[in-house]
Amino acid sequence: MTALLGAVTVHADDGDDVAVRVEGVSKKFRLYQERNQSLKAAMMRGGRATYDEFWALKDVSFEIPRGGTFGLIGQNGSGKSTLLKCMAKILRPDEGAIAVKGKISALLELGAGFHQELSGRDNVYLNGSILGLSRKQIDRTFDEIVDFAGLDQFIDTPVKNYSSGMYVRLGFSVAINVNPDVLLVDEVLAVGDEAFQRKCDEKFADMRDAGKTIVVVSHSLPTVRTMCDEAAWLEHGVVKEIGSPATLIEKYVENTHTERVSTEGGGSRWGAGTGRIERVELLDAEGRPTLRVRAGAPMTFRFHYATDEPLPRPVLGFGLHRIDGAHATGVNSREACLPEHLDGRGHFDFAVEKLLLLPGSYDVTVSLMDHANLHTWDYRTKALRFDVAPGRPREAEGIFAIDGTWSYE
Amino acid sequence: MTTLAEYADARELLGNLTQRELRGKYKRSALGWAWSLINPLALAGMFTFVFGVVFVSKLAATGNSSLHGIAAFPLYLLTGLLPWNFVSNGINGSIGALVGNANLVKKVYFPREILIGANVLSWTVSLLIELAVLGAVLLAVGNIWLKFLPLIVLMIAALTVFVTGVGLLLAILNVYFRDVQHFVGIFLQLWFYATPIIYPISLLTPHDKALIGPIHLLTLYKLNPMTDFVEVFHQMLFQLVWPNWFELSYAIGSAFAIFALGLFVFNKLEPRLAEEL
Repeated sequence: MTALLGAVTVHADDGDDVAVRVEGVSKKFRLYQERNQSLKAAMMRGGRATYDEFWALKDVSFEIPRGGTFGLIGQNGSGKSTLLKCMAKILRPDEGAIAVKGKISALLELGAGFHQELSGRDNVYLNGSILGLSRKQIDRTFDEIVDFAGLDQFIDTPVKNYSSGMYVRLGFSVAINVNPDVLLVDEVLAVGDEAFQRKCDEKFADMRDAGKTIVVVSHSLPTVRTMCDEAAWLEHGVVKEIGSPATLIEKYVENTHTERVSTEGGGSRWGAGTGRIERVELLDAEGRPTLRVRAGAPMTFRFHYATDEPLPRPVLGFGLHRIDGAHATGVNSREACLPEHLDGRGHFDFAVEKLLLLPGSYDVTVSLMDHANLHTWDYRTKALRFDVAPGRPREAEGIFAIDGTWSYE
Repeated sequence: MTTLAEYADARELLGNLTQRELRGKYKRSALGWAWSLINPLALAGMFTFVFGVVFVSKLAATGNSSLHGIAAFPLYLLTGLLPWNFVSNGINGSIGALVGNANLVKKVYFPREILIGANVLSWTVSLLIELAVLGAVLLAVGNIWLKFLPLIVLMIAALTVFVTGVGLLLAILNVYFRDVQHFVGIFLQLWFYATPIIYPISLLTPHDKALIGPIHLLTLYKLNPMTDFVEVFHQMLFQLVWPNWFELSYAIGSAFAIFALGLFVFNKLEPRLAEEL
């Protein structure tokens, strides 16, 4: 079914594999010198408005394959969001064309179009139809939507009584259940609490598995890195480079993060720098620093921090990558919800009872961010490299040991 | 340019947004929908006192109706006032429909005309309820207008098209020039008095004279489509006579002309709507 709102089928006449084709798209904005929207002003100018033109996008071209997850990165004002809005048909490009195959849904603002006085139930139907669903389709997915938002008890309450978290959760839930072929996401991934975040991540993963195409605009480089399989780097409205997120982000960071603290050991580092992860240590069972641990042995990761000012609600996260780049695991302290403020010097410890990594060399990537993932105080890739020596469990392939026990009857 | 297929697909949304308007309108007011009737009744009471009692305005020809005297004045008034209120509310609502939904327009794509359409349709529903009540009262006092029902429905539809056209035009202009909303406030007052609602058109006849060359005052007066709309409503509901076919055709014709103009201008200015809001 071809739908309305934000959901239009364009029949691209080529092969099956391209979901979004952006061809030579340029978009200019008018910057009015005096923002005087009055008839008098228009008369005085003799009908001609005095404005400067500003090209937000210049000749942008790329293709996104069906089933791909595509990231758009770039600094503020680079044109990412403009491009996304052009894809969503909210803005009309001045030149070029965008062909989208299949139904498209944009997560630009959650709960846009909610009516404050109406109940959650009514708003699900209203918002659903704004997003292009028919009443029947909403009937079918209604329970799923409410369940996903976790609002069973409140669904008949007017949304003006919702907390902001409930509000965006419901908005997200409706938007994601539109079941589009192409999903456009702008910086809304950080909604809700940890549990809801995880549900969203799962939903995105499901959509990817189902062959849906996702386009993500984000300032959160870790998000782009983990979610996307291709990314475009925009600078001043021009595509600077398109490539795999890992290499693209490295280059992007090298080039643009002026507040970058330093680059060392082949890794890169960026962030505001008011809080820093000074050093990462690996401690063995006896608490001695080491760079070589045995598979299956107990050990502790220790992260030494220093701050210039108190940092509110910090979240320490770290990831382990095998040296070939395979992402082994990533954890953060959000759930443990450690300090309310981080001040001065100290260290975080992450104790591992039994290291389930298989033998090999691994890099530690560490980040210190705020609770909402909006501010990066420090982000270091390859902050430490360590080796895992063979131990127990011993025989396995892949990245980690599953650590089970065999038996038979 | 919104395609026809998109309009077809958007019908359901139009219905839902209309419902949103309707349900939001009287939420949290104890009297709820009764307000839709109280407003015109209060106006009718006021005008009856001022023009029927104080100024002793002469009633229009009553045609086949047996109604007469001061009791008939509010009924005459309401047959013109209800359509007028619809026009006035529909236009005012349309002007705010884009600016007031800026958040929606900037974040989701859908044919933006729908916002105007939903606003106007919500007022059409109000008009239908108000006219139904007025119609019942008229029947109760012996004004049997039922044979005109199909034509009345046609005129309500035409009036809806008319208001949608004006609404489209003014709503999009208001995005670019916010003067429009202020200007319209004054213009609607003027328009109200330039339409035979609180006085019968016959009051003007003695003053008719050539204004500019061969153009007469009444000719200019009747160029106002609202004059024709209100006259036709008067004729069918109050005077119980077949409408003046010229007035009826002119009203319907002008409705479609203004609708075409509104849609044209709207589509012309729509591409930059999201960035101008």
